[in-house]
Amino acid sequence: MLLAAGAVFADGYARLPGGEYSSVLDYEDTGGRFTVAPFELMKEPVTNAAFLAFVIDDPDWRRDGVAVVFAEPRYLSHWAGPLELGDTARAQQPVVQVSWFAASAYCEAQGARLPTWAEWELASAADETRTDARADPAWRERILGWYSRPSNEPLAKVGRTAANIYGVRDLHGLVWEWVEDYSAMLVSADNREQSDPDLLKFCGAGALSMSDLENYAVLMRIAMLSSLAAADTTGNLGFRCARDMRGDR
Amino acid sequence: MIRTLTVCALAGLIAHAASAADLPPDSIYRLEASFTDQSGREFQLSDKRGRPVLVAMFYTSCRYVCPLIVDAAKSIERTLTSAERRDLQILLVSLDAERDDVDALKSIAEKRGLDPANWTLARTDEANVRKLSALLGVRYRHLADGEFNHTSVLYLLDAEGRKQAESSRLGGTPDPDFVAAVRTELHDRTASH
Repeated sequence: MLLAAGAVFADGYARLPGGEYSSVLDYEDTGGRFTVAPFELMKEPVTNAAFLAFVIDDPDWRRDGVAVVFAEPRYLSHWAGPLELGDTARAQQPVVQVSWFAASAYCEAQGARLPTWAEWELASAADETRTDARADPAWRERILGWYSRPSNEPLAKVGRTAANIYGVRDLHGLVWEWVEDYSAMLVSADNREQSDPDLLKFCGAGALSMSDLENYAVLMRIAMLSSLAAADTTGNLGFRCARDMRGDR
Repeated sequence: MIRTLTVCALAGLIAHAASAADLPPDSIYRLEASFTDQSGREFQLSDKRGRPVLVAMFYTSCRYVCPLIVDAAKSIERTLTSAERRDLQILLVSLDAERDDVDALKSIAEKRGLDPANWTLARTDEANVRKLSALLGVRYRHLADGEFNHTSVLYLLDAEGRKQAESSRLGGTPDPDFVAAVRTELHDRTASH
């Protein structure tokens, strides 16, 4: 059973060796260095067609079946109907208007999970020929070019951007993507050591600094994800799944 | 073998239908997840239905903020009459899925003198920690040294598991507005029974 599922989905995932890399998030406790275990990441974001198959299987995630605590009213609102994509949601476009809970549930149904921020950032640092292209001004220009395009144009189909060195596409240039620990990134490290009880609640990014201020594209992504609640959806936020590397694949 | 599996699956479905289906759509108790308390008993959040609950996330090895979360909940209890106190449940869920086992929870409950009739200290797996935190609005990050940064907030859930109020005031002096909200929930519940 597990083997069969692995075979069915194997071609949708790329294997990434992981390793140590420097994050734009420079926490006091990590010194800005993250270590990522080998993992597998979907080569492309999840499409409307794939998400439709999921909600057909699990009516709890249909837009007319989901509890509002897991997805706000705009969830899948661009689809023509609860089980119909229509003109505004083409099959091969990335699914958007999905909450973090719905994205997590989709991945769990595949025996997978959402990638962590560290996994996503490591994968997204690569270009076609290098595992870390971030210091290259030309790479930065190219990515920023996407962010400057108007967001009211219809989304392109998945898989139209060049595959990076791992075989992963669309990390930049198509949609924003949920990550498993999206809400953790701006939690400061001084929270546990304050003495004033009125200030003990989360209070900004005290012990976090941004180590790479030139990398606007990634910083924008962090700011956007950090502003969301887990039931929120937006018109340009989708997701892809990840899973731990296992010996049997 | 196949029949056994089918029966189990059906039993699971029926149990699920009975516990969660009639919950309000904005109830946190819709989270289907298994928790274990300080005495090793397994429970679902929906088992807490019927009485208001104060809930917070913590972890047992936390030296700074977490003891103050316990103090904050205790200080709210102290403002209540004994009848009101009997009706208020307090649920503290550990962020530390890796290290907080039943023994660790039990040890804190005993050390702090937390009455098991009202106080539940609970653990669950990492994925469910993330989901419950997301439902409540708790933000946290696992630090390199095994500690956690986390927002420290007490949440008031009504008898159906809906968030009604929150307080980030920790330590011994409760926020009067929050205490008033707790009282309202306790009395609404009595009135409707």
